Amino acid sequence: MPAWADAVLVPLISILLAALISAGVILAIGENPITAFMAMVDGALMKSTGWGYTLYYATNFIFTGLAVAVAFHARLFNIGGEGQAMVGGLGVALVCLYIPFPHWSLSLIFTIAAAGLFGAAWALIPAYLQAKRGSHIVITTIMFNFIAAALLNYVLVNMLKPAGAMEPATAAFPATTHLPTFFDMFASDGNPLFRGSPANVSFFIAVAACVLVWLLIWRTKLGYEIRAFGQSETAAEYAGISPVKITVVAMLISGALAGLMALNTTQGEAERLVLNASEGAGFIGIAVALMGRSHPVGVFLAALLFGFLYQGGAELAFWANIPRELVDVIQALVILFTGALDNMVRMPLEKAFLYFRKEAR
Amino acid sequence: MSDTPAIELKGISKAFGPVQANKDISIRVMPGTIHGIIGENGAGKSTLMSILYGFYKADAGEIWINGARKDITDSQAAIAAGIGMVFQHFKLVQNFTVLENVILGAEDGPMLRPSLSKARGVLKKLAQEYELNVDPEALIENLSVGHQQRVEILKALYREADILILDEPTGVLTPAEADHLFRILEGLKREGKTIILITHKLREIMEITDTVSVMRRGEMTATVKTSETSPEELAELMVGRKVLLRVDKAPAQVGAPILEIENLKHTDSHGVQRLKGISLNVRAGEILGIAGVSGNGQTELLHVLGGYADATGTVRVNGSEIDLTGKHSDGQSRRARGIAHVPEDRHHEGLILPYTAWENTVFGYHRDPAIQKGPLMDNAAIRAEAQAKMDRYDVRPPNPNLAARNFSGGNQQKIVLAREIERDPDILLIGQPTRGVDIGAIEFIHQEIVRLRDKGKAILLVSVELDEIMSLSDRIAVMFDGHIMGERLPADTNQTELGLLMAGITDTAKAATA
Repeated sequence: MPAWADAVLVPLISILLAALISAGVILAIGENPITAFMAMVDGALMKSTGWGYTLYYATNFIFTGLAVAVAFHARLFNIGGEGQAMVGGLGVALVCLYIPFPHWSLSLIFTIAAAGLFGAAWALIPAYLQAKRGSHIVITTIMFNFIAAALLNYVLVNMLKPAGAMEPATAAFPATTHLPTFFDMFASDGNPLFRGSPANVSFFIAVAACVLVWLLIWRTKLGYEIRAFGQSETAAEYAGISPVKITVVAMLISGALAGLMALNTTQGEAERLVLNASEGAGFIGIAVALMGRSHPVGVFLAALLFGFLYQGGAELAFWANIPRELVDVIQALVILFTGALDNMVRMPLEKAFLYFRKEAR
Repeated sequence: MSDTPAIELKGISKAFGPVQANKDISIRVMPGTIHGIIGENGAGKSTLMSILYGFYKADAGEIWINGARKDITDSQAAIAAGIGMVFQHFKLVQNFTVLENVILGAEDGPMLRPSLSKARGVLKKLAQEYELNVDPEALIENLSVGHQQRVEILKALYREADILILDEPTGVLTPAEADHLFRILEGLKREGKTIILITHKLREIMEITDTVSVMRRGEMTATVKTSETSPEELAELMVGRKVLLRVDKAPAQVGAPILEIENLKHTDSHGVQRLKGISLNVRAGEILGIAGVSGNGQTELLHVLGGYADATGTVRVNGSEIDLTGKHSDGQSRRARGIAHVPEDRHHEGLILPYTAWENTVFGYHRDPAIQKGPLMDNAAIRAEAQAKMDRYDVRPPNPNLAARNFSGGNQQKIVLAREIERDPDILLIGQPTRGVDIGAIEFIHQEIVRLRDKGKAILLVSVELDEIMSLSDRIAVMFDGHIMGERLPADTNQTELGLLMAGITDTAKAATA
């Protein structure tokens, strides 16, 4: 099978299959799937505000998708994106609350560092346990998600909550740390683009992260070692690549990327730290990385698709007579087909290609 | 002997995708003969036998057994037609007894006891007839490899096979075990059984077969009477050109010791001591061959010297000691000390199979500052250098962008060899240099090893192929159970003596040399 078919055709057919079954489910509850689909497209893609939401969600998924992808290259399954993003948010909040900044651009440099460091720190312990003790990274990162949630709860309720406030959240960040939204950047008096939507400058940080991850994985010797270790641990040892070092470093990078998601949600949108700021994006990142074949371009496209599903799904629940939960069903089907049932599409496609090549000869 | 062939294949063809594995193959095997099938890796021998045994369905062609056309759709049909197969990798249940393995799949009725006692009787009879002695109550995991193979043969005979196919049966045996196997096969032949022996070893073909068929690139190039051919002719038929079977080398110009090993001990992760005090030295300009049946510590010796297994003892390179356990005991430090390593297992160690050929040409040397450009690797330069190496070592196809897994065994080995030799090391560790490598490439690889020796490098060669050890080495050390059993000069020893040492028998060896 040619590479383009593997990269493009397989996910495309998977999405179509997921869409078909989703249509069946919508039919089954007595609604019109075409109307529903149009409502999703209309809400997510036809207006600049819709795009503003779609890109906002996509930004989250790019960060968490890249996080999972980098770990995948070292054959590590980082399920802890959720927790790492939460702790990254804590880093962002501390920087924004306690360091006075003259301008948002300066604050952004510091919050990038803080989000990355806090996220990486949260990945360090599972990474160390995996590398040194062989504790399975899937188990430990899942557990660390719960610990992160508990930690955040404690910190917010007991330490960072402003006196007298009823909600477990920090005070609002100072105005000089507010990131410019797409509305601030692109709207003009005559043309109010992206009005009311949360997409902000961190989308461009996410795009830059895609480029940097691509350079890291395919152009540097560290990336070379990460991929080599992921493909064959015995070969890595033969070459003198330390499994401990690669496991820890890959997880640190992965955790830092997940932590960066907080730029978008905490600094960019909420402008304060709330409970559950990660909104489940850490888990969606797994599906995004799977669908994007752990390649930054694939992750970017998959993140856009899931951004569309999130925003379109919200619109669907708003406009059509369809329960909110059905949106989860649709998203689950997309994850199921693109992630878990990959071979169901790939195998027949491979056979078809072989057959047609034979016919052509 | 009747005129009806025991097996007749007519025009068998089989393709896997674009690869034509078997092309219009016809073959006649007369009953009561041993028929050899020889060919390089990937010539289609195993595919042909898999078709005969019902694992694959041929695209075209017919199978005739004892004059009747058979439609062999699965292994049950093959067994019913009287065909038994002994695979290269045994299909035995490790924690079952011999008897239990023999009746597995051939039980009569729901209760085991009657089948077991019937099998016990049959096994006793077979053991007497064919020298096939195995304790029927022994667990497979406690048997030597040679005995396990006998169980495989017994399994086939218990199913009343008249035709026995053996796929590379001697690859895992000591020379003595191989001789015993051949005696068994002779006995089976006398009883009128028909035997097909698949091998890549010319010596075995010459020793035991009556007729031999040569396969090359999916085609049957010739079928000849063994008595009317020679190893040279067979090799030429296999490769398609004249091949030098002997290694052509001048006497070694030996210099000072480069690699000195003293009392080296290694215990693996299961707590089993694999190296029990190895002392060796390799001098400049010589090839030290380590002979031994696989699994006697040779792999661990290479791993320790290559830097990825801890050990105690002393190892000196050019007179100065190297770190065997600490921070400087890894593949990178070893390379920095001038130790290059062509590992035994190129699929899991020497190469990253999904990596392109050019990425593999720097594997292990990828941190070399000369191939970095700022923070990035200088991929364009690496690719250009890879192209040059592939041209020099005649790697086919000479395409550096192809993934390593898409090259044949011989060409993969050339990629590894090019990478290690072109770094101009002082010491080359090389394990099983020609395992899974075709004859044409073997010649080339042997020449490269000798060329490196003649440049004054120290070479430590590990191989389970005794022929290879005998023809390449300037000195031979035999390993058994983590010990060095002795050292010999190739001119002063022979396969029998080395075979005894490989089996851990020193008394007779001592007597012979005394």
